Amino acid sequence: MRHILSILLENEAGALSRVVGLFSARAYNIDSLTVSTTEDPTLSRMTIVTHGSDEVIEQITKQLNKLIEVVKVIDLNESDHIEREMMLIKVRATGKDREEMKRMADIFRGRIIDVTEKTYTIELTGTSDKLNAFIEAIDRSVILETVRTGASGIGRGERILKI
Amino acid sequence: MQISGAEILVRSLQEEGVEFVFGYPGGAVLEIYDAIFRQQQFKHVLVRHEQAAVHAADAYSRSSNKVGVALVTSGPGATNAVTGIATAYMDSIPMVVISGQVSTPAIGMDAFQEVDMVGITRPCVKHNFLVKDINELAPTIKKAFYIAASGRPGPVVVDIPKDVTQRLAEFHYPESVSIRSYVPVTRGHPGQIKKAVNLLAEAKRPYIYVGGGAVQGNASAEVTELVKMLGVPCTNTLMGLGAYPGQDQQFLGMLGMHGTYEANMAMQYCDVLIAVGARFDDRVISVPSHFLSQPKKIVHIDVDPSSIAKRVKVDVPIVGDVKHVLRDMIDLLKQTGQQVPQQHLANWWKQIEEWRSYNSLLYTPSTEFIKPQYVVQKLYEITGGDAIITSDVGQHQMWAAQYYPFKRPKQWLNSGGLGTMGFGLPAAIGAQLANPDAQVACITGEGSIQMNIQELSTAKQYHTPVKVIALNNRYLGMVRQWQEFFYGTRYSESYMDALPDFVKIAEAYGHVGIKVENPADVEPVLREAFSPALKERLVFLDFRTDQSENVFPMIQNGKGLDQMDLPPHMRDLQIAPFENNRDYGNMC
Ligand SMILES: Cc1cc2nc3c(=O)[nH]c(=O)nc-3n(C[C@H](O)[C@H](O)[C@H](O)COP(=O)(O)OP(=O)(O)OC[C@H]3O[C@@H](n4cnc5c(N)ncnc54)[C@H](O)[C@@H]3O)c2cc1C
Ligand SMILES: Cc1ncc(C[n+]2csc(CCOP(=O)(O)OP(=O)(O)O)c2C)c(N)n1
Ligand SMILES: [Mg+2]
Repeated sequence: MRHILSILLENEAGALSRVVGLFSARAYNIDSLTVSTTEDPTLSRMTIVTHGSDEVIEQITKQLNKLIEVVKVIDLNESDHIEREMMLIKVRATGKDREEMKRMADIFRGRIIDVTEKTYTIELTGTSDKLNAFIEAIDRSVILETVRTGASGIGRGERILKI
Repeated sequence: MQISGAEILVRSLQEEGVEFVFGYPGGAVLEIYDAIFRQQQFKHVLVRHEQAAVHAADAYSRSSNKVGVALVTSGPGATNAVTGIATAYMDSIPMVVISGQVSTPAIGMDAFQEVDMVGITRPCVKHNFLVKDINELAPTIKKAFYIAASGRPGPVVVDIPKDVTQRLAEFHYPESVSIRSYVPVTRGHPGQIKKAVNLLAEAKRPYIYVGGGAVQGNASAEVTELVKMLGVPCTNTLMGLGAYPGQDQQFLGMLGMHGTYEANMAMQYCDVLIAVGARFDDRVISVPSHFLSQPKKIVHIDVDPSSIAKRVKVDVPIVGDVKHVLRDMIDLLKQTGQQVPQQHLANWWKQIEEWRSYNSLLYTPSTEFIKPQYVVQKLYEITGGDAIITSDVGQHQMWAAQYYPFKRPKQWLNSGGLGTMGFGLPAAIGAQLANPDAQVACITGEGSIQMNIQELSTAKQYHTPVKVIALNNRYLGMVRQWQEFFYGTRYSESYMDALPDFVKIAEAYGHVGIKVENPADVEPVLREAFSPALKERLVFLDFRTDQSENVFPMIQNGKGLDQMDLPPHMRDLQIAPFENNRDYGNMC
């Protein structure tokens, strides 16, 4: 099953490679990974999307916690949470496709952030599923380039990941 | 006053009470070696290969309650150390390894003798540091020792660029250390401990399975007290040997791939299992599904949550330090007066005694060939069972584990998790330095000893009179055994041709060497080696042992604990399968 892990770790050189190294050394899957510093510059917050059986996810969580620089790990799937990912997608937009593309972007609440005679660059935010759905919905042959941030997640309501 | 980074390092090691640094110099650590030259507080032990420095430091830790320290130069010095670091990591041994690094501006420039030590060792250390700022040096050393020895112990690497050792700064050694992201648990959860005790109070076939965590956690007294007060059987893993006294009636011997019949059968057929600092290794329980096919309740005590439920799901996980958790369990048992149901326990013992009666470690004596098992048994007798034994990897390692019933923890030092040939001799040197009054013997094979034989030179320089007991079968015996069993006796590259004359080698290094070919000479020669006349000498005993001997029992890959390959004398026995609720009548 797909899980979203939220990790608070020391903002130190090498901490990221420890996490990544752990996943490859133990043959765990990484579907996506995002990381950046938090409001506290000594801490980074990482979101890892992974998949595996309950046993594997339990081991991943424990192994992450075992890393000296990891402060806290939570599995967002354990309760209500919000997930967002951002995608920039550059599409060919010419002729009758141009209008159609604008319509699709509107339906998905995307924003066209760069326009040339032949292309649109659309910014789209949502769950990873929604971004996938957009890609499915448009004609593959018009896609010139996509960049995705990978999902970030946060617990709903009072659930807070802090030290 | 400002002092150099090298001096800061040396002062920090002194603050940690370091007695010995095992190392080898080179360009990147010259500043450190100069600072070592100018101090008297700790002694530097110059090995002949960096791998040996790390094994010696590791064994220094294993055989004491201190943290061993190794020091190596950058590049090849650092890479030579890696096998030693991985060895310590797999067996959870506390250790600090200091490696030199090229100067900070040269890092990443493919500089002479540059390797990314932090990157190379990342998967085989508990933690590692690259110290780029001289002001971080002393706090980093403090952290390194703390991390290495606390929680689940392990090796920590501190990589220090040369310019950091040359720069100047004030020296302040931190008094304490706290790392917000690293807080090891010590006390077990009282609710879980209660559940464990309740399970014992309902057990019909209880069993205590004790691993290296009890040795590392100095919990031997608690293990023994618990087993004694409950009157239950106990087994040790290869890493746990000595945690429970090997000669005691309640001890069933080692379990696992080469465990005794009774230890393995009890593991399969127990109904309540208490795992104490042991990690359900594949060489212990073999196939988890087969192990669990016989229903049992499992309590697992381990300081590392990731050891729990890694290979088997357990009913009562207890995260905590073994010593504390066992103490709490004992106290609770005393307080509530709970006991293991006696009638069931008596039946269980009858079953175990039946299994034990087959004597699975029996071997056929010979007046023609030296039996390796016999050598180990005689060694036990002659050393009064008191020697610190190190070993290498192979058949001789298993015979050492099977035929030398260790009395106390930290008496048996071997590479279990990584299985590193070449561990034994440098380990013996490290153990001898940590225990100057102890008798130290290294049980080795003619294959393994050659992986670090150059350390005979180190042993000479530092007067470590260890006794090398080579069980020389002229084969990479463990490999040959597998080829005999599983590869139709095609002995591919397992015969050691052109073996050296070990007696001459020993003599060339300034030691005593004796070749033993006749079984009748085994005992007298061992007596001589351990006699006062040779007390101060390293003696290399080259025992020409029976080439065809195999290690039994043996669990083949994919087989269960109750599906052992048995020694010849047990193969034709009609052994009744285990039966729940069997009536044992008055037998035994
Ligand atoms: C040729 C060969 C044959 C082998 N055959 C066998 C065999 O027949 N039988 C056998 O048993 N092994 C055998 N081994 C060894 C095997 O590979 C493993 O190394 C060994 O079984 C692991 O022992 P352990 O479970 O005690 O764990 P260890 O590796 O000693 O791990 C200790 C555990 O205790 C925990 N711990 C550490 N400190 C504490 C503390 N203070 N409090 C609580 N928990 C703590 C750790 O987190 C860890 O989970 C063999 C190895 C070789 C090379
Ligand atoms: C460094 C290393 N290389 C290879 C092995 C694989 N291996 C395990 S046991 C063994 C044979 C050991 O031979 P020897 O030291 O003579 O011991 P014996 O089994 O004959 O007692 C080998 C090659 C290993 N464990 N370690
Ligand atoms: Mg051999």
